[in-house]
Amino acid sequence: MAIAALKTSAEAAQAAERAAEQAWSDAIQTALLHAIDPVGTGGVSLRGLSGPTRDFWLSFLRDALPASAPLRRVPLHIQDARLLGGLDLAATLQMGRPVAQKGVLAEADKGVVLLAMAERLPASTAARMNAVIDTGQVVMERDGMALRQAARLGVVALDEGMADDEQVPSSLKERLAFWVNLAPQRGAALDPMTESPRRAVAAARALLPSVMVSDVVMQGVCEAAAALGIASVRAPILALRVARAAAALDGRVEVDEDDAAIAARLVLGPRATRLPSQLPDDESEEKSADDKAEVQDPEPAPKPPESSDETEGDREDNNTEDEPQDDEDEPPPIDPAVLTDLILEAARAAIPPGLLATLKLSQAASPRNAAAGRAGQVQHHKTRGRPSGVRRGEPRAGARLNVIETLRAAAPWQAVRRREVEVKTADHPELKTFSSARIQVRREDFHVTRYQQNTETTTVFVVDASGSAALARLAEAKGAVELLLADCYVRRDRVAVLAFRGNTAEVLLPPTRSLVRAKRSLAGLPGGGGTPLATGIDAALALAQAVQRRGETPIVVFLTDGRGNIARDGSPGRPQAMTDALLAARQVRLAGVTALLLDTAAQPQAAAQDLANAMGAGYVPLPYAGATELSQVVKAATANAARSAPV
Amino acid sequence: MSIAFPFSAIVGQDEMKLAILLAAVDSSIGGVLVFGDRGTGKSTAVRALAALLPKMHAVIGCRYGCDPAVKSASCEECAALKSKGKPKSHLVPVPVVDLPLGATEDRVVGALDLERALAQGVKAFEPGLLARANRGFLYIDEVNLLEDHLVDLLIDVAASGENVVEREGLSVRHPARFVLVGSGNPEEGELRPQLLDRFGLSVEVKTPTDMAGRVEVVRRRDAFERDSAAFTEKWSAEDARIRASIVAGRLHLPKVSVPDIALERAAQLCMSLGTDGLRGELTLIRAARALAALQGDKVVGDAHLKRVAPPALRHRLRRNPLDDSGSTVRVERAVAELFKA
Repeated sequence: MAIAALKTSAEAAQAAERAAEQAWSDAIQTALLHAIDPVGTGGVSLRGLSGPTRDFWLSFLRDALPASAPLRRVPLHIQDARLLGGLDLAATLQMGRPVAQKGVLAEADKGVVLLAMAERLPASTAARMNAVIDTGQVVMERDGMALRQAARLGVVALDEGMADDEQVPSSLKERLAFWVNLAPQRGAALDPMTESPRRAVAAARALLPSVMVSDVVMQGVCEAAAALGIASVRAPILALRVARAAAALDGRVEVDEDDAAIAARLVLGPRATRLPSQLPDDESEEKSADDKAEVQDPEPAPKPPESSDETEGDREDNNTEDEPQDDEDEPPPIDPAVLTDLILEAARAAIPPGLLATLKLSQAASPRNAAAGRAGQVQHHKTRGRPSGVRRGEPRAGARLNVIETLRAAAPWQAVRRREVEVKTADHPELKTFSSARIQVRREDFHVTRYQQNTETTTVFVVDASGSAALARLAEAKGAVELLLADCYVRRDRVAVLAFRGNTAEVLLPPTRSLVRAKRSLAGLPGGGGTPLATGIDAALALAQAVQRRGETPIVVFLTDGRGNIARDGSPGRPQAMTDALLAARQVRLAGVTALLLDTAAQPQAAAQDLANAMGAGYVPLPYAGATELSQVVKAATANAARSAPV
Repeated sequence: MSIAFPFSAIVGQDEMKLAILLAAVDSSIGGVLVFGDRGTGKSTAVRALAALLPKMHAVIGCRYGCDPAVKSASCEECAALKSKGKPKSHLVPVPVVDLPLGATEDRVVGALDLERALAQGVKAFEPGLLARANRGFLYIDEVNLLEDHLVDLLIDVAASGENVVEREGLSVRHPARFVLVGSGNPEEGELRPQLLDRFGLSVEVKTPTDMAGRVEVVRRRDAFERDSAAFTEKWSAEDARIRASIVAGRLHLPKVSVPDIALERAAQLCMSLGTDGLRGELTLIRAARALAALQGDKVVGDAHLKRVAPPALRHRLRRNPLDDSGSTVRVERAVAELFKA
């Protein structure tokens, strides 16, 4: 027994080592392929902490890129003026006319930009990057200047996210062909490369424009993407570009199966949202059979809308199940089917095992999520300081000098002021240096940009679904939450739902703006079991603090009768449970989280009131609270929280 | 990016393409909002529009590209030109102006010309994007990420068709009649209802899920990237056909009659859906008329109303945040009920 266990653990270690080696060689290959076609492949989402592995990878990429290609690092909180370009202040003042300055993106034309801490990238910056990736140029309409500059570049998003909900903004990530996770390579040996890859990359770059992709490969890649549940059409497009780069790297002008397999492993595998069917042969063969018939049409004319609608509906059904119900049995042409298999096999090898486990779980729990076809949590970074207009005034905290508006304000007075200064300097020659300035700016010209610092609010509903609460009033509590949800909708808040019963607390819904999902998660909430009050409060606090870390303001709304009977360690017993609960409640107060407690008991409970006091929460006995009162109480709490929010 | 992907080569997405064409036929419909999944060709379609539209006559020397045919133009530049004699006109492409994220207010509305002010001490107005978009299209990608103060500005100008600039001692007004086209991903936030209301038509796009369609998308994209000139050439005949249908539609538009029964139907439909205000009905009728013109029909009938009802109305329903069924479903349900009876 013991020996067998030892043996398997050794085998597991070996397997892990092999996997790490494979992952590292993939990472290196990614760098090469990206260097061959930075624009076409979009870029690399590089997940992993800063360290020698990442540094090594980056320097390898630097070596692979042509020596002339710029590699620019973009810090997280770069301002638009530097990102897109803007007014060159020094030159403008010196020349006496507006002089434009290139932004980082235009400077990185024909090269690569590195986005530092991309997991915290604000949605606004991501959107600007997206536009540049899509159009290959920076369009600037700022500071009185309009410029269009070429910015054909690749993007390496350095993602240092640890938790699952820390991700590169999905709109940007989608445009990057490669998603590399450097974490498993921690132990991989970093052999110095014997020769610089630059020459090989340069040769491949020269060859790239003449590389052809056959229809069969194209179809195979598309089918593989569909079989892996990848909804976006960008994925197969990116995969084909990668396949092309792989062929060029190999010195060929025709993409073959191996190139397709590489593309599948690097591009499709990490994007998979479901396992390909257990019988890939049947599925892909049949799919290719009926598609082949359509595609072999000599004129690829636009498809009539009716038929495409029909198939759309069919496929949607197929997406939720793994087994398509095709009953066509004509013999398929062998080549594409075999190819699709090959591609699928390659992609499957690259699917991280953990991902599939979680996917399976979520599929089992809620089929709707699987149908949506998104693996990760959608990010909503709210920028802290969006410009909200320009006012006359002096620069101080929270208001930055707006140079262009200041100059505009000063412009009409230049002639007058110069004359004025000339008169003055006639008497006081020591002021000569002052008068030599080309533009005379005075204090009254100052204009400042005002930034909005509205932090987004996330309301965390903590629902007591235990027996004591559930039997009597769970339905009413749900009703109350629905009322509050409608309120949140009006305020564009995000909501999260957390429930506790038995001896666990569970996040039913991570912070989202989709109220329909919130409602669903509530509707499906079963009741019964003990009341692990302390565990529930702990979980709520953890969630609230995660929200805080993202720079948002949490409000926790507890719906409970305050009668805990399961202690923190899971043992039953009311006295210990209540002691633990009060302790947990004090933590909430210490953390400075705004909370609200809605007493769901039939009669207002002293216990619930004590709990509310301990956590510094507002207390509302639900029996007396009508819809309007409830909404008012939460509104007031929201206003307070927003005011006291750390800025 | 010198060459845009040809409009006619976009696979599927018929509702989006139709909505854009309707707005091109009748600009009074009031803009198109395209919301949907990533990678569905939202911005590709809009950027293709510039190459598709027929050229227009514009007054030479007018910075707002005014129409020489319109007599009572509110434009100061045209008035100045006219006082010197009959202004000449030339053919120019219809502007499709990108409003990039990160644009500053002064570039959007226009501002004091800084260069001339600093160097010559002249107070001159430098027109912004709104002026450039006059008589054309103003495209905002990721419209839901637009800064609030720019949204306020757009809401006002889009409604009045005139840009009034009162800043830095300047007092300028100029025509700014444009078709607002916005695109975005609903996951990244929702639009303010006031801005939503400015869009006449709203389209939801989805990723094509049929395999043949997807392969075709990939194939055409690939062909375009390999040789964009040849690809555009190949599709130029198809683009020309669409252009001709736009021109014919515009000519035909005034001749399309809207019978009382159609007006009644539109009113019934809006009432049963409980849309706010009369803009829903108006847009519905205009869109139906544009569709009839585009198809060469003389009278607006049920078929036209049915086809344009979802894009014209789906964003005007009063949102019940807790109603599971989407707006599209609700519109379709109402349409089915009304036209069955």
